[in-house]
Amino acid sequence: MKDFIILIMGAILVENFVLVKFLGICPFLGVSKKLDTAIGMSVAVVFVMTIASAVTWILNEFLLVRYGLDYLQTIAFILVIAALVQFVEIVLKKVTPPLYRSLGIYLPLITTNCAVLGVALINIQREYSFLKAVSYSFGAGLGFTLALILFAGVRERIEHSDVPESLKGLPITLIAAALVSVAFFGFQGLFSN
Amino acid sequence: MDLIIPVSIIGGLGIIFGLGLAFASKKFEVKVDERVAKIREVLPGANCGACGQTGCDGFSEGIVAGKCSVSGCPIGGKQVAALIAQIIGADAGTMEEKTARVMCNGTDSSCANKFRYSGISDCTAAANLYGGPSACSYGCLGMGNCVTVCGFGAIVVENGVAKVIQEKCTSCGKCIKACPKKIIEMVPVCNEYSVSCKSLDKGNIVRINCSVGCIGCGKCTKVCTVNAIKLSGSLAEIIPELCMNCGECTKVCPTGSITRKNLSLCKKTGELK
Repeated sequence: MKDFIILIMGAILVENFVLVKFLGICPFLGVSKKLDTAIGMSVAVVFVMTIASAVTWILNEFLLVRYGLDYLQTIAFILVIAALVQFVEIVLKKVTPPLYRSLGIYLPLITTNCAVLGVALINIQREYSFLKAVSYSFGAGLGFTLALILFAGVRERIEHSDVPESLKGLPITLIAAALVSVAFFGFQGLFSN
Repeated sequence: MDLIIPVSIIGGLGIIFGLGLAFASKKFEVKVDERVAKIREVLPGANCGACGQTGCDGFSEGIVAGKCSVSGCPIGGKQVAALIAQIIGADAGTMEEKTARVMCNGTDSSCANKFRYSGISDCTAAANLYGGPSACSYGCLGMGNCVTVCGFGAIVVENGVAKVIQEKCTSCGKCIKACPKKIIEMVPVCNEYSVSCKSLDKGNIVRINCSVGCIGCGKCTKVCTVNAIKLSGSLAEIIPELCMNCGECTKVCPTGSITRKNLSLCKKTGELK
Protein backbone atom coordinates (compact mmCIF):
# COMPACT_ATOMS: atom_id res chain seq x y z
CA MET A 1 0.00 0.00 0.00
CA LYS A 2 2.83 2.34 0.93
CA ASP A 3 4.44 1.69 -2.44
CA PHE A 4 1.33 2.82 -4.27
CA ILE A 5 0.98 6.01 -2.25
CA ILE A 6 4.60 6.90 -2.90
CA LEU A 7 4.14 6.07 -6.58
CA ILE A 8 1.10 8.35 -6.92
CA MET A 9 2.53 11.20 -4.86
CA GLY A 10 5.78 10.91 -6.81
CA ALA A 11 3.91 11.12 -10.10
CA ILE A 12 2.07 14.22 -8.87
CA LEU A 13 4.91 16.17 -7.30
CA VAL A 14 8.36 14.81 -8.09
CA GLU A 15 7.72 13.69 -11.65
CA ASN A 16 5.01 16.15 -12.55
CA PHE A 17 4.37 15.49 -16.22
CA VAL A 18 3.93 19.09 -17.24
CA LEU A 19 6.30 20.97 -14.98
CA VAL A 20 9.14 18.48 -14.58
CA LYS A 21 8.92 16.16 -17.60
CA PHE A 22 7.59 18.89 -19.94
CA LEU A 23 4.99 16.68 -21.56
CA GLY A 24 1.60 18.01 -22.60
CA ILE A 25 2.73 21.62 -22.79
CA CYS A 26 0.27 22.44 -25.56
CA PRO A 27 -2.93 21.95 -23.53
CA PHE A 28 -1.10 23.38 -20.52
CA LEU A 29 -0.68 26.71 -22.30
CA GLY A 30 -3.83 26.40 -24.40
CA VAL A 31 -6.56 25.84 -21.87
CA SER A 32 -5.14 27.38 -18.71
CA LYS A 33 -6.67 30.78 -19.42
CA LYS A 34 -9.68 30.14 -17.25
CA LEU A 35 -10.15 27.96 -14.22
CA ASP A 36 -13.29 26.19 -15.39
CA THR A 37 -11.87 25.15 -18.76
CA ALA A 38 -8.71 24.01 -16.97
CA ILE A 39 -10.77 21.77 -14.71
CA GLY A 40 -12.71 20.35 -17.67
CA MET A 41 -9.52 19.49 -19.50
CA SER A 42 -7.90 17.98 -16.41
CA VAL A 43 -10.81 15.68 -15.67
CA ALA A 44 -10.71 14.46 -19.27
CA VAL A 45 -6.95 13.85 -19.07
CA VAL A 46 -7.13 11.90 -15.80
CA PHE A 47 -9.90 9.80 -17.27
CA VAL A 48 -8.16 9.02 -20.56
CA MET A 49 -4.69 8.52 -19.04
CA THR A 50 -5.91 5.90 -16.59
CA ILE A 51 -7.89 3.93 -19.15
CA ALA A 52 -5.24 4.27 -21.87
CA SER A 53 -2.46 3.00 -19.64
CA ALA A 54 -4.50 -0.06 -18.68
CA VAL A 55 -5.29 -0.91 -22.30
CA THR A 56 -1.78 -0.24 -23.59
CA TRP A 57 -0.27 -2.33 -20.81
CA ILE A 58 -2.44 -5.31 -21.76
CA LEU A 59 -1.71 -4.81 -25.44
CA ASN A 60 2.02 -4.65 -24.82
CA GLU A 61 2.14 -7.63 -22.51
CA PHE A 62 -0.01 -10.04 -24.48
CA LEU A 63 0.60 -9.00 -28.06
CA LEU A 64 3.74 -6.97 -28.68
CA VAL A 65 6.14 -8.66 -26.26
CA ARG A 66 4.92 -12.13 -27.16
CA TYR A 67 5.75 -11.63 -30.84
CA GLY A 68 8.91 -9.61 -30.18
CA LEU A 69 7.43 -6.43 -31.61
CA ASP A 70 8.53 -4.00 -28.88
CA TYR A 71 9.73 -1.54 -31.52
CA LEU A 72 6.11 -1.02 -32.62
CA GLN A 73 5.08 0.37 -29.21
CA THR A 74 4.81 4.01 -30.27
CA ILE A 75 2.65 3.46 -33.32
CA ALA A 76 0.49 0.80 -31.66
CA PHE A 77 -0.08 2.97 -28.59
CA ILE A 78 -1.05 5.98 -30.66
CA LEU A 79 -3.56 3.80 -32.47
CA VAL A 80 -4.97 2.51 -29.19
CA ILE A 81 -5.22 5.94 -27.58
CA ALA A 82 -6.90 7.52 -30.60
CA ALA A 83 -9.43 4.71 -30.89
CA LEU A 84 -10.03 4.72 -27.16
CA VAL A 85 -10.71 8.45 -27.01
CA GLN A 86 -13.15 8.15 -29.89
CA PHE A 87 -14.89 5.26 -28.19
CA VAL A 88 -15.11 7.05 -24.85
CA GLU A 89 -16.54 10.09 -26.62
CA ILE A 90 -19.25 8.05 -28.33
CA VAL A 91 -20.20 6.29 -25.11
CA LEU A 92 -20.24 9.45 -23.00
CA LYS A 93 -22.43 11.22 -25.54
CA LYS A 94 -25.01 8.49 -25.14
CA VAL A 95 -24.71 7.67 -21.45
CA THR A 96 -24.03 10.98 -19.72
CA PRO A 97 -24.72 13.95 -22.00
CA PRO A 98 -23.96 16.49 -19.22
CA LEU A 99 -20.44 15.11 -18.72
CA TYR A 100 -19.97 14.96 -22.50
CA ARG A 101 -21.00 18.59 -22.81
CA SER A 102 -18.76 19.75 -19.97
CA LEU A 103 -15.72 17.95 -21.41
CA GLY A 104 -16.64 19.34 -24.81
CA ILE A 105 -13.77 19.89 -27.22
CA TYR A 106 -11.13 18.75 -24.72
CA LEU A 107 -11.89 15.07 -25.06
CA PRO A 108 -10.94 14.75 -28.77
CA LEU A 109 -8.01 17.10 -28.16
CA ILE A 110 -6.44 14.54 -25.83
CA THR A 111 -5.93 12.14 -28.74
CA THR A 112 -2.87 14.14 -29.66
CA ASN A 113 -1.73 14.86 -26.12
CA CYS A 114 1.84 13.60 -25.72
CA ALA A 115 1.45 13.25 -21.95
CA VAL A 116 -0.96 10.35 -22.50
CA LEU A 117 1.42 8.60 -24.88
CA GLY A 118 4.31 9.46 -22.58
CA VAL A 119 2.76 7.81 -19.55
CA ALA A 120 1.96 4.68 -21.55
CA LEU A 121 5.57 4.41 -22.74
CA ILE A 122 7.08 5.13 -19.31
CA ASN A 123 4.92 2.38 -17.78
CA ILE A 124 6.49 -0.12 -20.16
CA GLN A 125 10.03 1.24 -19.82
CA ARG A 126 9.96 0.92 -16.05
CA GLU A 127 8.40 -2.53 -16.25
CA TYR A 128 5.58 -1.69 -13.85
CA SER A 129 3.03 -4.34 -12.96
CA PHE A 130 -0.53 -3.76 -14.19
CA LEU A 131 -1.78 -2.21 -10.94
CA LYS A 132 1.31 -0.05 -10.58
CA ALA A 133 0.99 1.14 -14.16
CA VAL A 134 -2.62 2.15 -13.64
CA SER A 135 -1.95 3.95 -10.36
CA TYR A 136 1.12 5.70 -11.78
CA SER A 137 -0.99 6.93 -14.73
CA PHE A 138 -3.73 8.06 -12.39
CA GLY A 139 -1.12 9.99 -10.39
CA ALA A 140 0.31 11.48 -13.57
CA GLY A 141 -3.19 12.66 -14.49
CA LEU A 142 -3.62 14.22 -11.05
CA GLY A 143 -0.24 15.92 -11.48
CA PHE A 144 -1.42 17.34 -14.80
CA THR A 145 -4.57 18.57 -13.02
CA LEU A 146 -2.56 20.20 -10.26
CA ALA A 147 -0.24 21.95 -12.73
CA LEU A 148 -3.10 23.15 -14.90
CA ILE A 149 -5.20 24.46 -12.03
CA LEU A 150 -2.24 26.16 -10.35
CA PHE A 151 -1.26 27.77 -13.60
CA ALA A 152 -4.82 28.87 -14.41
CA GLY A 153 -4.75 30.72 -11.08
CA VAL A 154 -1.42 32.32 -11.97
CA ARG A 155 -2.71 33.38 -15.36
CA GLU A 156 -5.84 34.90 -13.94
CA ARG A 157 -3.60 37.02 -11.73
CA ILE A 158 -1.47 38.02 -14.73
CA GLU A 159 -4.63 39.20 -16.51
CA HIS A 160 -5.15 41.83 -13.84
CA SER A 161 -1.58 43.02 -13.49
CA ASP A 162 0.36 45.63 -15.35
CA VAL A 163 2.52 43.71 -17.84
CA PRO A 164 5.12 45.54 -19.97
CA GLU A 165 3.86 45.98 -23.53
CA SER A 166 6.47 43.74 -25.15
CA LEU A 167 5.74 40.85 -22.77
CA LYS A 168 1.95 40.85 -23.07
CA GLY A 169 0.29 37.58 -24.03
CA LEU A 170 2.36 34.46 -24.60
CA PRO A 171 5.82 35.79 -23.51
CA ILE A 172 4.74 36.53 -19.93
CA THR A 173 2.85 33.22 -19.88
CA LEU A 174 6.01 31.31 -20.79
CA ILE A 175 8.04 33.15 -18.16
CA ALA A 176 5.39 32.39 -15.55
CA ALA A 177 5.33 28.74 -16.64
CA ALA A 178 9.11 28.56 -16.23
CA LEU A 179 8.90 30.00 -12.71
CA VAL A 180 6.16 27.55 -11.67
CA SER A 181 8.30 24.77 -13.12
CA VAL A 182 11.35 25.92 -11.15
CA ALA A 183 9.22 25.83 -8.01
CA PHE A 184 8.30 22.22 -8.73
CA PHE A 185 11.95 21.24 -9.00
CA GLY A 186 12.03 21.83 -5.25
CA PHE A 187 10.24 18.48 -4.87
CA GLN A 188 13.20 16.56 -6.31
CA GLY A 189 14.43 13.99 -3.84
CA LEU A 190 11.23 14.11 -1.76
CA PHE A 191 11.15 10.30 -1.68
CA SER A 192 14.34 8.30 -1.52
CA ASN A 193 14.20 5.19 -3.67
CA MET B 1 7.73 -13.73 -42.40
CA ASP B 2 9.46 -11.01 -40.40
CA LEU B 3 7.31 -8.51 -42.21
CA ILE B 4 3.98 -10.27 -42.17
CA ILE B 5 3.50 -10.58 -38.41
CA PRO B 6 4.00 -6.90 -37.47
CA VAL B 7 2.00 -5.68 -40.46
CA SER B 8 -0.85 -8.03 -39.71
CA ILE B 9 -0.85 -7.14 -36.00
CA ILE B 10 -0.93 -3.40 -36.56
CA GLY B 11 -3.27 -3.75 -39.50
CA GLY B 12 -5.43 -6.12 -37.52
CA LEU B 13 -5.57 -3.72 -34.60
CA GLY B 14 -6.61 -0.95 -36.98
CA ILE B 15 -9.36 -3.07 -38.49
CA ILE B 16 -10.59 -4.22 -35.07
CA PHE B 17 -10.67 -0.69 -33.70
CA GLY B 18 -12.29 0.59 -36.88
CA LEU B 19 -15.01 -2.01 -36.76
CA GLY B 20 -15.41 -1.52 -33.03
CA LEU B 21 -15.89 2.21 -33.45
CA ALA B 22 -18.30 1.73 -36.33
CA PHE B 23 -20.30 -0.69 -34.21
CA ALA B 24 -20.18 1.61 -31.18
CA SER B 25 -21.33 4.63 -33.14
CA LYS B 26 -24.34 2.65 -34.33
CA LYS B 27 -25.04 1.10 -30.95
CA PHE B 28 -24.66 4.34 -29.00
CA GLU B 29 -26.19 6.59 -31.61
CA VAL B 30 -27.80 9.71 -30.22
CA LYS B 31 -30.74 10.85 -32.27
CA VAL B 32 -30.59 14.56 -32.92
CA ASP B 33 -33.79 16.24 -33.98
CA GLU B 34 -33.09 17.52 -37.48
CA ARG B 35 -35.25 20.55 -36.81
CA VAL B 36 -32.66 21.78 -34.29
CA ALA B 37 -30.04 22.08 -37.02
CA LYS B 38 -32.52 23.72 -39.37
CA ILE B 39 -33.55 26.32 -36.81
CA ARG B 40 -29.92 26.94 -35.94
CA GLU B 41 -29.29 27.82 -39.59
CA VAL B 42 -31.94 30.53 -39.80
CA LEU B 43 -30.89 32.17 -36.53
CA PRO B 44 -28.59 35.21 -36.75
CA GLY B 45 -25.79 33.37 -34.93
CA ALA B 46 -24.66 36.27 -32.77
CA ASN B 47 -24.85 34.06 -29.64
CA CYS B 48 -25.83 37.18 -27.72
CA GLY B 49 -28.10 35.42 -25.26
CA ALA B 50 -30.91 37.95 -25.55
CA CYS B 51 -33.40 35.07 -25.80
CA GLY B 52 -32.45 33.98 -22.29
CA GLN B 53 -30.74 30.80 -23.49
CA THR B 54 -27.00 30.10 -23.54
CA GLY B 55 -26.76 31.00 -27.20
CA CYS B 56 -28.23 30.22 -30.60
CA ASP B 57 -27.70 26.47 -30.09
CA GLY B 58 -29.49 26.52 -26.77
CA PHE B 59 -32.31 28.54 -28.27
CA SER B 60 -32.83 26.11 -31.16
CA GLU B 61 -32.97 23.20 -28.74
CA GLY B 62 -35.33 25.17 -26.53
CA ILE B 63 -37.75 25.77 -29.37
CA VAL B 64 -37.89 22.12 -30.37
CA ALA B 65 -38.35 21.14 -26.72
CA GLY B 66 -41.16 23.67 -26.50
CA LYS B 67 -39.43 25.77 -23.85
CA CYS B 68 -38.95 28.87 -26.01
CA SER B 69 -41.38 30.82 -28.12
CA VAL B 70 -40.74 31.03 -31.87
CA SER B 71 -40.56 34.79 -31.61
CA GLY B 72 -38.06 34.60 -28.76
CA CYS B 73 -35.14 35.90 -30.81
CA PRO B 74 -35.22 39.70 -30.65
CA ILE B 75 -32.35 40.09 -33.10
CA GLY B 76 -33.95 38.04 -35.85
CA GLY B 77 -37.29 39.70 -35.28
CA LYS B 78 -40.33 38.87 -37.36
CA GLN B 79 -38.45 37.42 -40.29
CA VAL B 80 -36.68 34.78 -38.26
CA ALA B 81 -39.80 34.07 -36.21
CA ALA B 82 -41.68 33.33 -39.44
CA LEU B 83 -38.91 31.04 -40.70
CA ILE B 84 -38.77 29.14 -37.42
CA ALA B 85 -42.54 28.84 -37.39
CA GLN B 86 -42.34 27.31 -40.86
CA ILE B 87 -39.83 24.73 -39.69
CA ILE B 88 -41.74 23.56 -36.66
CA GLY B 89 -45.15 24.23 -38.13
CA ALA B 90 -46.47 26.71 -35.60
CA ASP B 91 -47.96 30.16 -35.72
CA ALA B 92 -45.37 32.90 -35.69
CA GLY B 93 -47.53 35.10 -33.51
CA THR B 94 -47.20 38.82 -33.38
CA MET B 95 -44.10 40.48 -32.14
CA GLU B 96 -43.81 44.10 -31.27
CA GLU B 97 -40.54 45.59 -32.43
CA LYS B 98 -38.64 47.38 -29.74
CA THR B 99 -35.55 49.47 -29.43
CA ALA B 100 -33.32 50.57 -26.61
CA ARG B 101 -33.43 54.25 -25.74
CA VAL B 102 -31.19 56.28 -23.45
CA MET B 103 -33.43 58.25 -21.12
CA CYS B 104 -31.06 61.13 -20.51
CA ASN B 105 -30.39 64.27 -22.41
CA GLY B 106 -27.81 65.86 -20.14
CA THR B 107 -24.95 66.69 -22.50
CA ASP B 108 -21.68 68.19 -21.29
CA SER B 109 -23.06 71.67 -21.90
CA SER B 110 -26.46 71.19 -20.25
CA CYS B 111 -25.45 69.15 -17.20
CA ALA B 112 -22.54 70.38 -15.10
CA ASN B 113 -19.91 68.24 -13.38
CA LYS B 114 -19.57 68.27 -9.61
CA PHE B 115 -15.89 67.22 -9.69
CA ARG B 116 -13.18 66.35 -12.16
CA TYR B 117 -12.99 62.59 -12.57
CA SER B 118 -9.62 61.18 -13.57
CA GLY B 119 -10.09 57.48 -12.85
CA ILE B 120 -10.47 54.71 -15.39
CA SER B 121 -12.98 55.37 -18.14
CA ASP B 122 -15.70 53.02 -17.00
CA CYS B 123 -19.24 53.97 -16.00
CA THR B 124 -19.48 51.45 -13.16
CA ALA B 125 -16.18 52.55 -11.64
CA ALA B 126 -17.16 56.20 -11.95
CA ALA B 127 -20.61 55.55 -10.50
CA ASN B 128 -19.01 53.96 -7.45
CA LEU B 129 -17.19 57.19 -6.70
CA TYR B 130 -19.82 59.48 -5.13
CA GLY B 131 -22.26 58.50 -7.89
CA GLY B 132 -20.00 59.75 -10.65
CA PRO B 133 -18.76 63.15 -11.75
CA SER B 134 -22.06 64.25 -13.27
CA ALA B 135 -23.92 66.84 -11.17
CA CYS B 136 -27.12 64.87 -11.64
CA SER B 137 -26.82 61.60 -9.80
CA TYR B 138 -29.31 59.94 -12.16
CA GLY B 139 -27.79 61.01 -15.45
CA CYS B 140 -25.61 59.40 -18.12
CA LEU B 141 -21.91 59.37 -17.29
CA GLY B 142 -20.92 59.10 -20.93
CA MET B 143 -18.04 56.68 -20.51
CA GLY B 144 -19.62 54.19 -22.80
CA ASN B 145 -20.09 50.91 -20.95
CA CYS B 146 -23.12 50.43 -23.17
CA VAL B 147 -21.02 51.15 -26.28
CA THR B 148 -18.57 48.45 -25.25
CA VAL B 149 -21.15 45.72 -24.68
CA CYS B 150 -23.19 46.49 -27.78
CA GLY B 151 -22.33 43.81 -30.32
CA PHE B 152 -24.00 45.68 -33.14
CA GLY B 153 -22.33 49.08 -32.93
CA ALA B 154 -25.70 50.67 -32.25
CA ILE B 155 -24.67 53.05 -29.45
CA VAL B 156 -22.46 56.10 -29.64
CA VAL B 157 -21.50 58.68 -27.05
CA GLU B 158 -22.12 62.22 -28.24
CA ASN B 159 -21.28 65.24 -26.07
CA GLY B 160 -21.10 63.07 -22.99
CA VAL B 161 -24.41 61.28 -23.49
CA ALA B 162 -24.94 57.83 -24.95
CA LYS B 163 -27.24 57.67 -27.94
CA VAL B 164 -28.87 54.62 -29.52
CA ILE B 165 -28.85 54.44 -33.29
CA GLN B 166 -32.27 52.89 -33.75
CA GLU B 167 -31.57 51.60 -37.25
CA LYS B 168 -28.87 49.33 -35.83
CA CYS B 169 -30.47 48.43 -32.50
CA THR B 170 -31.61 44.82 -32.29
CA SER B 171 -33.15 45.16 -28.81
CA CYS B 172 -30.95 42.48 -27.29
CA GLY B 173 -30.96 44.37 -23.99
CA LYS B 174 -27.27 44.06 -23.16
CA CYS B 175 -26.83 47.82 -22.72
CA ILE B 176 -29.67 47.87 -20.21
CA LYS B 177 -27.77 45.43 -18.03
CA ALA B 178 -24.45 47.23 -18.50
CA CYS B 179 -25.69 50.67 -17.47
CA PRO B 180 -24.99 51.32 -13.77
CA LYS B 181 -27.42 54.23 -13.78
CA LYS B 182 -30.27 52.21 -15.29
CA ILE B 183 -31.18 54.94 -17.73
CA ILE B 184 -31.54 52.77 -20.82
CA GLU B 185 -35.01 51.45 -21.45
CA MET B 186 -36.67 49.22 -23.99
CA VAL B 187 -39.49 51.02 -25.78
CA PRO B 188 -41.59 50.15 -28.82
CA VAL B 189 -39.95 51.36 -32.03
CA CYS B 190 -43.19 53.15 -32.90
CA ASN B 191 -42.99 55.42 -29.89
CA GLU B 192 -41.85 58.75 -31.14
CA TYR B 193 -41.67 60.73 -27.94
CA SER B 194 -40.05 59.94 -24.65
CA VAL B 195 -39.14 61.80 -21.48
CA SER B 196 -35.36 61.91 -21.67
CA CYS B 197 -34.81 62.20 -17.96
CA LYS B 198 -34.67 59.75 -15.11
CA SER B 199 -34.02 62.15 -12.25
CA LEU B 200 -36.14 61.57 -9.18
CA ASP B 201 -34.82 64.77 -7.58
CA LYS B 202 -37.22 67.60 -6.80
CA GLY B 203 -37.77 70.13 -9.56
CA ASN B 204 -35.65 72.91 -8.07
CA ILE B 205 -32.66 70.59 -7.63
CA VAL B 206 -33.02 69.28 -11.19
CA ARG B 207 -33.05 72.88 -12.41
CA ILE B 208 -29.79 73.66 -10.61
CA ASN B 209 -28.03 70.54 -11.93
CA CYS B 210 -29.28 70.23 -15.46
CA SER B 211 -30.93 72.56 -17.95
CA VAL B 212 -32.78 69.81 -19.82
CA GLY B 213 -34.08 67.68 -16.94
CA CYS B 214 -37.70 66.99 -16.11
CA ILE B 215 -38.78 69.24 -13.24
CA GLY B 216 -42.14 67.62 -12.77
CA CYS B 217 -44.22 70.70 -13.57
CA GLY B 218 -47.02 68.56 -15.00
CA LYS B 219 -47.75 70.74 -18.03
CA CYS B 220 -47.45 67.74 -20.35
CA THR B 221 -49.97 65.70 -18.36
CA LYS B 222 -52.55 68.44 -18.77
CA VAL B 223 -52.01 68.91 -22.49
CA CYS B 224 -52.09 65.20 -23.31
CA THR B 225 -55.49 64.29 -24.77
CA VAL B 226 -55.22 60.57 -24.17
CA ASN B 227 -53.78 60.68 -20.63
CA ALA B 228 -50.66 58.89 -21.76
CA ILE B 229 -48.38 60.86 -19.43
CA LYS B 230 -48.34 60.25 -15.76
CA LEU B 231 -46.43 62.10 -13.11
CA SER B 232 -44.68 59.93 -10.56
CA GLY B 233 -43.15 62.16 -7.92
CA SER B 234 -41.45 64.86 -9.90
CA LEU B 235 -40.82 62.87 -13.04
CA ALA B 236 -43.10 62.61 -16.04
CA GLU B 237 -43.44 59.25 -17.76
CA ILE B 238 -44.97 58.42 -21.11
CA ILE B 239 -46.99 55.22 -21.25
CA PRO B 240 -46.07 53.74 -24.65
CA GLU B 241 -49.33 51.82 -25.12
CA LEU B 242 -51.44 54.95 -24.88
CA CYS B 243 -49.27 57.52 -26.64
CA MET B 244 -50.60 58.71 -30.01
CA ASN B 245 -47.41 60.48 -31.08
CA CYS B 246 -49.19 63.85 -31.38
CA GLY B 247 -46.25 65.77 -29.98
CA GLU B 248 -48.24 68.33 -27.95
CA CYS B 249 -46.19 67.55 -24.85
CA THR B 250 -42.91 68.58 -26.49
CA LYS B 251 -44.37 71.96 -27.32
CA VAL B 252 -45.30 72.81 -23.74
CA CYS B 253 -42.30 71.30 -21.93
CA PRO B 254 -40.43 74.26 -20.40
CA THR B 255 -37.06 72.48 -20.19
CA GLY B 256 -37.23 70.45 -23.38
CA SER B 257 -36.82 67.15 -21.62
CA ILE B 258 -39.43 65.45 -23.82
CA THR B 259 -37.64 64.66 -27.05
CA ARG B 260 -38.63 63.31 -30.41
CA LYS B 261 -36.87 60.33 -31.89
CA ASN B 262 -36.65 59.16 -35.45
CA LEU B 263 -39.63 57.11 -36.53
CA SER B 264 -38.40 55.87 -39.89
CA LEU B 265 -38.30 52.26 -38.67
CA CYS B 266 -41.88 52.11 -37.55
CA LYS B 267 -44.11 50.44 -40.11
CA LYS B 268 -47.22 51.78 -38.39
CA THR B 269 -46.20 55.41 -38.97
CA GLY B 270 -48.78 55.88 -41.68
CA GLU B 271 -51.70 54.71 -39.57
CA LEU B 272 -50.73 56.82 -36.59
CA LYS B 273 -50.47 60.21 -38.16
